[in-house]
Amino acid sequence: MSIFWITTIGSGLVCFFLKYLGHSIPESWLNRPRVQRINTLLPIVLLSALVAVQTFASDAKLQIDQRVSGMLVAVIALALRAPFPVVVLGSAFTSAMVYNFL
Amino acid sequence: MLIRPVDRDSFSISFTVGLYGAAFGAAAVAAGFSVWQACLFSLLTFSGASQFAAVGVIGSGGSAISAIATSALLGTRNALYGLRMAPILKNRGIKRVLAAHVTIDESTGLAIRQNESADMKRAFYLTGGGVFLFWNLFTLLGALGANAIGDPSAWGLDAAVPAAFLGLVWPRLTERKLFLISILAMVFALALVPNVPAGIPVIATTAIAVIFGWKSGGIK
Repeated sequence: MSIFWITTIGSGLVCFFLKYLGHSIPESWLNRPRVQRINTLLPIVLLSALVAVQTFASDAKLQIDQRVSGMLVAVIALALRAPFPVVVLGSAFTSAMVYNFL
Repeated sequence: MLIRPVDRDSFSISFTVGLYGAAFGAAAVAAGFSVWQACLFSLLTFSGASQFAAVGVIGSGGSAISAIATSALLGTRNALYGLRMAPILKNRGIKRVLAAHVTIDESTGLAIRQNESADMKRAFYLTGGGVFLFWNLFTLLGALGANAIGDPSAWGLDAAVPAAFLGLVWPRLTERKLFLISILAMVFALALVPNVPAGIPVIATTAIAVIFGWKSGGIK
């Protein structure tokens, strides 16, 4: 089985299990303040790390390329409170222009 | 059945969020997944951040285990949502299975904004079902579109994916402490990139969440 199939099926099983678990276990178990605090931070650190890695990493190297220009536009758009599609499309457009024409 | 105000909110959230499914479909294909796998991913995992993260890890050369682990870490909050919703929904058997599958940010978020228990249930099921419908539909369209594209960089897809992540995390960075934690996670992950296998730098930042979440101090 390829890495793609394993990821597709594995992620589906694990993520469904987590959802079902929440509907099935006593509230006191996962509801502790410490677990909740860590859980609030998890998406923030994981998504932040993904942003950084996908912007600067190329395999095991760090490099600055067209993606950085796209991310700069995304940061500016977010700071100006632009709607989500504008952020994503603005970033894609800038990165594509730099990649194709510079 | 009468149309209630909550129905309109459910629809507009479902449609808007569903649109991002196109970005997932495109990201999955750009990372090497087939159109069929991208669609199955959305049907089975059905949790946006987990899905983007998993294909992101694969796309940057990580292993299936790192991808699944990252997707699970991002999916743990759905377990907390389940805890919150279960006493309101009071389901057993197959109904519990279906309700669990649509337990996501949006369905829970709209449900807990309602005042009456009947509206909470309605908001949960309509939003959960609505997002499921549109998310999967747009995943298919995005995957087909990306398949026709060729080189993802020529279309800016390689920047669009991290920009989408940044958009997801941005609203939470208004607090100074969360902003600093976010920067720390970025720097930590980048420092690890040349030194450990792909996929590990992202998962390793879990340590930062544990360290800063261990003691209470400004974060709810």
